[in-house]
Amino acid sequence: MSEQTLKRVDLIFGEYSNEKYKILATTLARTNEDILKDLLESGLRGRGGAGFPTAMKWKFTAESPGEEKYVVCNADEGEPGTFKDREILLRVPRKVFSGMAICGKVIGAKKGYMYLRGEYKFMVPELMKELAIYHEHTKQLGLDFSIEIRMGSGAYICGEESALFESMEGGRGEPRNKPPYPTTSGFMKKPTVINNVETFVNVLMIMRLGPDQYKKLGTTDSRGSKVFSVSGDTPIPGIYELELGMPLDRFVDEFGDGDTKAVQVGGASGFCVPRKKFKDTVIGFEGVPTGGSMMIFNSSRSMYNVLHNYLEFFEEESCGQCTPCRVGCQQLLKGIVAVKKGEKKAVYLDQLMKLSESMKITAKCGLGQSVANSFSSIVNNFKEEMIY
Amino acid sequence: MTDCKSLIKELANKHGRERASLLPILQGVVERNNYLSDTCMTDIAKELDLSAAQVYGTATFYSFLDTQPRGEYVIRVCKTITCDMHGKKTIIQTLEDMLKIKVGETTPNKKFTLLETNCLGWCHEGPAMLINDTPYSGLTTEKVHDIISEYINKPSL
Repeated sequence: MSEQTLKRVDLIFGEYSNEKYKILATTLARTNEDILKDLLESGLRGRGGAGFPTAMKWKFTAESPGEEKYVVCNADEGEPGTFKDREILLRVPRKVFSGMAICGKVIGAKKGYMYLRGEYKFMVPELMKELAIYHEHTKQLGLDFSIEIRMGSGAYICGEESALFESMEGGRGEPRNKPPYPTTSGFMKKPTVINNVETFVNVLMIMRLGPDQYKKLGTTDSRGSKVFSVSGDTPIPGIYELELGMPLDRFVDEFGDGDTKAVQVGGASGFCVPRKKFKDTVIGFEGVPTGGSMMIFNSSRSMYNVLHNYLEFFEEESCGQCTPCRVGCQQLLKGIVAVKKGEKKAVYLDQLMKLSESMKITAKCGLGQSVANSFSSIVNNFKEEMIY
Repeated sequence: MTDCKSLIKELANKHGRERASLLPILQGVVERNNYLSDTCMTDIAKELDLSAAQVYGTATFYSFLDTQPRGEYVIRVCKTITCDMHGKKTIIQTLEDMLKIKVGETTPNKKFTLLETNCLGWCHEGPAMLINDTPYSGLTTEKVHDIISEYINKPSL
């Protein structure tokens, strides 16, 4: 293993302030305009993967008409290769609840929900303990914003924001048409801010450091630090908080096992980057974005097996509501199996590529649209492995 | 197994009788009874003033809301890529040998059900599995032996 070259950051997992909920208390004393100005200045973009500017999301929701508004923390972390939200919630839940409360104040919501994936149910007792402390403090601070935990039940698609609302409302987790966006019509069709776990922690850190200090981390397009979930063929798998905007070759130098063939950036719905492109790939919103998932494959791995595993995943997790995704995922999987077995000629892969491109433009939500990311990046870069 | 009707009343008193209370109620029934029977789903529909189809539609969407009888302990082994790369097959084999059932089946004494599931979020410590709500990671044949033996020796609830 090469020596440590990438700068470690200790923002998200850094220690709590001495006094419980101190930053929340000082932030509550500020005006909403002031808080939003700092957020905008900081350049913070959502940490769930899509990267929407957080300040804008909050501003739109604050400006939406209506008395009843909600804050939702998306803790339905289901992307293969991602486990950072669990780690954040285990280690620094107070920061997450504080970030949600600040959001509640800014948009004028009285109620917040955390939608936690069913697979993480074991964490609920600990989270409830911290929530009791939270509610005690907000009572003292005179803040009318309570937080409730809701559980998922094993459905990847519920990480999609509108599917998550459907699920919270007691329905099947099927995504809605957009627009309207959650900022005007979210949970219970009311204006809602929905952010990833890590985003709320970043908000709190911006409140603590101020935007100028925060902006020193990362690059122009990708401000701040990011929690990465590193897995696969690496001697040091785990959770790492690094600066955004790092080149992939340096990441591989540090985390690879010396024989890295490819890195899947952003999970099964992300992109597969082959060795020859490590040098020119930047991890961040200006290059290849990621919600944190970094899966490393060495040369002993068959990329056909990797793609096969992803497609099985998508086929099972597709909600089945729209045809491009329901049928597309099945056909892509059947297609690569047929090519591998020699039942279809290699040129059939071009047909499949067209199918994945159609899914990108016609599927209703991010799931169906993003299957093409891993499909085309694996098939294009490892064509021989798909055929022979 | 708790009587469905009284359990549903209890859960509805706790979570409410809105449409939005449906998922917590379904989850509560599965937690207690291991699965949702047809009768149970129609009872929930009556209690919440929904159609049985709405309850069934929601219940069957979620992989953790079982609508067929399951064992007291449901074992879900992660089959997504990194767990697969790090020896998921051996883990499944070990479990099948120990419990003498195949994936998807329940032991005759109704104690264990063995299933595969998608990413559990333990990719850095794969292979991993859930037994009911408890996660186990960094699995090896020996570790699985120890864990399952302990469960086998646990008296049934």
